Formats: sequence, C-alpha cells, structure tokens
Amino acid sequence: MAETSLSNPAGLRAWLLSAEPGSRLQARLGRAYLGWRAFARNPLAMLGLAVVLLLVLVALLAPLLETHPPLSGGDLRTERLLPPSTAGHWLGTDDQARDIFSRIVAGARITLGVVLLVSIIAMPVGLLVGTVAGYFGGLVDTALMRLTDIFLAFPRLVLALAFVAALGPGIENAVIAIAITAWPPYARIARAETLTIRNSDFIAAVRLQGASPMRIIANHIVPLCMSSVIVRVTLDMAGIILTAAGLGFLGLGAQPPLPEWGAMIATGRHYVIDQWWVAAFPGLAIFVVSLGFNLLGDGLRDVLDPKAAK
Amino acid sequence: MISSQTTMKGSMLQIADLDVVFGTGRMRVDAVKGVSFAVAPGESFGLVGESGSGKSTILRAVCGLAPVAAGRIAVDGAAVTNPRSQTFYRTVQMVFQDPYGSLHPRHTVDQILAEPLAIHGLGNTEERIVATLKDVGLGPSFRFRYPHQLSGGQRQRVAIARALILEPKILLLDEPTSALDASVQAEVLNLLDRLRRERGLTYVLVSHDLAVVAYLCERLLVMRHGETVEETTAAALRAGTVASDYARTLIAASRGFSRGEPVAQPAGIAAQ
Amino acid sequence: MTGKPLLEVENLKVRFHLRTGTVEAVRGLSFTLGRERLGIVGESGSGKSQTGRAILGLTPPPGEVRADRLVFDGTDLLTAPRRTLRALRGGRMTMVMQDPKFSLNPVMTIGEQIVEAYRAHRKAGRAEARDKAFAMLEAVKMRNPARVFSLYPHEVSGGMGQRAMIAMMLVTDPDLLIADEPTSALDVTVQMEVLRILDELVGARGMGLIFISHDLKLVSSFCDRVLVMYAGRVVEEMSAGALARARHPYTQGLMRCLPTLAADVRPLPTLLRDPTWAG
Repeated sequence: MAETSLSNPAGLRAWLLSAEPGSRLQARLGRAYLGWRAFARNPLAMLGLAVVLLLVLVALLAPLLETHPPLSGGDLRTERLLPPSTAGHWLGTDDQARDIFSRIVAGARITLGVVLLVSIIAMPVGLLVGTVAGYFGGLVDTALMRLTDIFLAFPRLVLALAFVAALGPGIENAVIAIAITAWPPYARIARAETLTIRNSDFIAAVRLQGASPMRIIANHIVPLCMSSVIVRVTLDMAGIILTAAGLGFLGLGAQPPLPEWGAMIATGRHYVIDQWWVAAFPGLAIFVVSLGFNLLGDGLRDVLDPKAAK
Repeated sequence: MISSQTTMKGSMLQIADLDVVFGTGRMRVDAVKGVSFAVAPGESFGLVGESGSGKSTILRAVCGLAPVAAGRIAVDGAAVTNPRSQTFYRTVQMVFQDPYGSLHPRHTVDQILAEPLAIHGLGNTEERIVATLKDVGLGPSFRFRYPHQLSGGQRQRVAIARALILEPKILLLDEPTSALDASVQAEVLNLLDRLRRERGLTYVLVSHDLAVVAYLCERLLVMRHGETVEETTAAALRAGTVASDYARTLIAASRGFSRGEPVAQPAGIAAQ
Repeated sequence: MTGKPLLEVENLKVRFHLRTGTVEAVRGLSFTLGRERLGIVGESGSGKSQTGRAILGLTPPPGEVRADRLVFDGTDLLTAPRRTLRALRGGRMTMVMQDPKFSLNPVMTIGEQIVEAYRAHRKAGRAEARDKAFAMLEAVKMRNPARVFSLYPHEVSGGMGQRAMIAMMLVTDPDLLIADEPTSALDVTVQMEVLRILDELVGARGMGLIFISHDLKLVSSFCDRVLVMYAGRVVEEMSAGALARARHPYTQGLMRCLPTLAADVRPLPTLLRDPTWAG
C-alpha cells in the first residue's frame, strides 16, 4: 500500500482493510480495526467504554480535579454534613467536613487501582492453571481442577473476608484477598477452551513441528483463550469493585481516612436518613462504574467471542 | 507383505506388525491390527480404505499422535524414539485433511510458517518463508493474511508450505484434497506431484478416493477394519487386476452409480 | 413426464443482505420438474444448496427469496399462507440433508422420530403410525426394523442413519424429495447402497427428486437430467447420458480435472475460470 495515502482517513481505512497486508503490523492493525468497527456499532458498549475511560481520566487527573483536600476536612463546626451544592461543595460534605466530590475523585484512583491489580494478578494465574490443566489432562488436570473447585466452593466475599481477617485489614491485603478469590472462574474458562482446542489439527501440526508443551500453551492456546477470559474479567470488574467496597464497608478493606467508596458508604450509613448524600454519591459512583464495566464486557464479548453472543 | 524379521534395506519408512489400540476393557478399540509395509526413498505409497479402516490412524501412529500397542516403526533405517526426536520432526511432516481446522485461526500465514523455523532455530526466516510460499504457488501478497482471508485451496497450500519449510524427506498426507472442490483438488494434486519430483520426497497418502491414490502413488495398501486386505500397485488398480473382492467392490463403487446388477455388498453394511 | 409439471421455478433469486453488502447466492434460476430425477451440480458457492432451501422455504434469516414463479403442483409457494406451506413442507415436499448426525434428533429414538413425522402430517393414531414407521424401515432395507426402531441416532452407523433419515422423509408419501448431498458423508460402498434404496423408492412411488451434489460423475449416473450451476446460474442443462458431450467449458473442465482410474493424465488439466461464465 502506498505510504503517502496514509495521511488521509480514507487511505488509512483502505490500508487497514487491505485483503493483502504488506507487513505483520498492518495485518494486526487491520484485524484490530475490524474488531473496533464491530464494537463501535453497539451503542451500549460504547457507553460502557465511555464510563470506563472517564474513570481512567478522573483517576489520572485526580489532583487537578479535586476542589478540596480529600483527606483533611474543613471547619468541623461550620462545614460538617453540608448538603449538595452549598458554597464550593457540589456534592456536600461528610461528617469530617471533607468535600465528598473531592473524595469520590480521589477514590477513583483506589477503585481503578484495585481493579487493575486484581486482574493483573488473577488473570495470568487463572490462564496458566486452566490451560495447563486442559492441555495435559489426566492427573495434572484432576489436581489443578480440584484445587480450583475448593476455591469456587466458597462465596467470594466470605473467602475474601477470611483472607483479610488472616492477613490483617488494609487495601493491599484486600487486593490480595480478592485476587485469590477471583482466579478460579478464569481457570475454568481457560480449561474449557483448551479442551476444545487441544485436539484440533493445528495443535497436532505444531506438535509435529517439535514444539514443546509450554511453547504450544503459550503461543498457540493462550491467545485463543485470551478473548473469553478478557470478557469474563471485564464482566467481573463490577464484582471486584463491589467486593472491594463490601470489604471497605465492613471496615476490612481501605482504612480511614482513605477515600475508598465502600468505606465512604460505611461512614454515611449513620446519617442516611437525614444526610442522604453522604452515602448516596459514593454509592452512585460504584453503580455507574460497575454498570460501565458490565456494558463494556458485554460489548467485548460480542466482538471477541461470537460463539457466546446470542 | 513384509514379515517383521526382514528389514528392507534402504527403505525410507518401514512399518512392521503395527497394532494401535485405543481404550481398555470394554471400551477397547483395535484400530490397527498387524499392518506392515515399507516405502522406498522417493516412492509414494497409498493407504486406501473406508472410514474406520485405520488408515489415518497409521499416519498418526507414525507421528506419535496415536498410541502404538505393538510393532515397529523405522524412519530412514532407524527405529523411532518415544517421544519423537527433533530429527524425526525434521524428517517427517504431515498435511491434514481439513484445511479449515489445520491452521491457527489467529495467526497470519507468516506466523504459521515462522513457527517451525523458530522451534528448530533455523535462520533466514524471511527468505525461507518467501521461497516456500512461492514453491506452493502463493505469491508474497498472501504472506500476511489470516486463514479466514484464504480459500480452501489456498489454505491447503499454506498447510503444505508449513510441512515443507523444514525440508522433510517424508510427507504424510491425510486426505489432503477430500475437503476441496474438484477443480481445486486437481491443482493441489498437481502441486503435490510436482513437489515430489522436484524435491525427491517420499509420500504416504491416505485417501478413500482410488483415483486420487492412483494418480499420486505407485503402490498402495487396501485396508479394512484395521487390517490389510491386500497390497497392490496403482497399475493393477487401473487395470482392474486386483486380488481381493473388496478392492474390486471399491473400484466398482468409484465408477459411480449403476442401475444394473448390485455391487457385491461388503459385510460391513449388512451388520446391523 | 406427462401432464403438468410438479414444480415450476422461474427466475429464482436468493439474496443475502449482509453488513458487507448483498450476496447473490442464486441469480435467476429457471427449471421445471416432472416426476423425474433431476440433478443439480456445482462447486461450493454455486448456489445449489440455496436453491433447494429456497424451494422448501428454508432460506436462513438474512436471506431474501424472489421469483417470477415458484409453483408446486398448483400451489404458489410465494403467496400461499403459512399454514398451507407448513402442511406442504414435510408432508408433500421433504428434504434429506448431508449428514444424518446433525439432522436427526439425538435424544429421540429413530422410531419415535418417524412416528412424529408421520403424525405431524396425517391424522393417525399411534398404532397406525407405528405400523407405517415399521413398513418404512423395512422399505429402506433395515434388516431388523424392530431393533432400529428403538435405537438412538448415535447408536447407528452413518449409512443406517441416512437410511433412517430417508425413511422419515418418505413416510408421509411426499411428491417431491430434495436430497442435498445425501451421500457425501458416507463411504463409497455404503453410498451405493443408500442410492440404490433411494432410487427404488423414488421410482416405485413416482416421486420427483432433486438431487443436489458436487459430484458430477455421481449425479449423471443417478439422475435423468442434470443442471450444472456456476455462480448462482445454470450454465448447462443436459440429459444425464449426454455428459460426455457437454458443451459448456465449465462442465467440460469439471469433468476433465478429476483424476480417473481409466486414464493417467498428468498434470491434471485445471479449470481456468472465465469471468464471462458468471455473466
């Protein structure tokens, strides 16, 4: 393709959609572009993406967006529990006279951090356990899957509670506890995908080229399991946020004065009748972000995993 | 037939008294029972039979993809090791039946061809890929396409290129054209015939189509229910001078439907 | 082939409206069918299967069927009410598909399925339907109809499954049978057996048969008349015996590119596709 035509949008499009890509990069980008076009056709998925991007943006720019310091409050005699849209406090203040808007903005960082850390820890673990169990089968499979079953047998929040109780409260331990409880479903999905892939001719073909089992799993099986696992992780993010918030609410996650949304609701519950905004706005934030991740996950599933789409 | 004692000097692939068994107890299936044959270097050998005759299982057993219960397999004079050695994989390669299932759906042609080179640490990736693609009749424009951007015939050419890129001596062909349209089949058969002559390859071809086997092979084994029915030649097949009734039935069936006297029914259908 | 034709198709078009544009699977196909065996031959993508489906009204959703005329034994299939079409489909016109593994219900015994098929179109009691099913299983040369009656589809071989399928499709005494690659999934020797049964039943009942296949040799040895389709159109129509005298270069090419036992031509002549054939 002529490089000169890349400057205008139509030329770029033709380059991306070329049936005869000239390089590895062009082939990959072309594929990604087709996926993006399919994704962009789904308005709800786009809405989800917008919400998630907004969360990322807010988290990145938090220091600039905060109107007040999120950790220290104002005058406890005059600025406590102010209702929304009073002088400079859009969403009001809490019992420590801290600006709720600033705390929610600061809390975006914590929420995003929790979500990213949990998926970075849980996804590779789940993928590894699932693909290894599925590919080797037999005893390896039985051992790994029984272990997975043990983790799956407990409700997530209860198991996380137990881990946090053992590790001690705190946001880091909450992340570890949630990650420990999050990987088993990914292992199940990866195993199921691996079982359908491992007997296919293209896997037999790489085996015949002398590839080692680890190479086959890493280069040939994992990429095919990736999409369904990514979809599942995205759909799980809402659950992760809610679990983190739940732990925060129970006082076992983020510790005061950290502006974690769940912990904010926990403080707000004392005032929920008369000063509803203290609990309502962090709750709304959790709701919007969870919904955003869910919509994004649904959209991704349609693009990445056409089998699962209705 | 070759007895297990006599080792044919200079045979490229030798199989003696091969048994393949799947499962145990009540689930036991004897897929291949005491099959022996030898293929000389540069020769093309056919395995013919209907489904369940064990013909594809033999190819898989050679590659270590099916369990060998008894018997010996020797490649280029040396018995194969278990698991197969890297040398084995450089000597023996396979082309599968279904061109839609044998290529990784998320890999470009380039990635598919680069993988064997990377596994065996061979250099000159660029030149080898371009040269092999050219050899199977695909231009450089195909190099970065994904399998879904290729037709069935083009996919099968890529699968052949993947097998050839390691420069093997033996190519195992498992029904390489049965999933293709007739006109595409002719192109792939011509390609396989040319490659064998140019590169001095040894072929073992599995097919249910007698005409395809007669076109590509000099000698062949007719198989049924995992056992050898007879070993014969393509010339005998063409002349109709085969020894067994079963082979005659297959020849008659390959001519198309006839309203005349019914073809001798093989016992397989009668068994209900 | 006396009297008025069983099926008249005039200018049949099947289109699929996809995101990427409109795909025309069948582009103006016309033929009439009497009580005879008509073969439709073509390679993948020639529109042969979509033709069969369109006649039965089984075109999958994004597809659109148009025709100047599509008449089955006096009933206009394009305008007839759904009820009439439902009664015709499965009753007077039926279809046998390629693989019995996918077209038989895996959780019902073969006998139950034949009984169901019969009772869906004839007012009949269980006992009568059962007798009819037994008779049909005998007609497709099952050695032990009583046993086959109570078997599940996964318990029978491909050839038996396909014979069961034929029994199920013919139990309502249809006038038209569309067979789409009915023997392609079967071994050659079994294939001949199934074809012989099909041939006998179609002949004895005076049915019309449309035999759709990629196998020119097989179709011409089995049918009375052959339509050769290319890119959604008929490029050649001929009586089956006249295959050797086919005039269209596509038909000739299709014949020549097959390796045969009779002659060792090498390299095999390949088919050079002429864009004008698609017209």
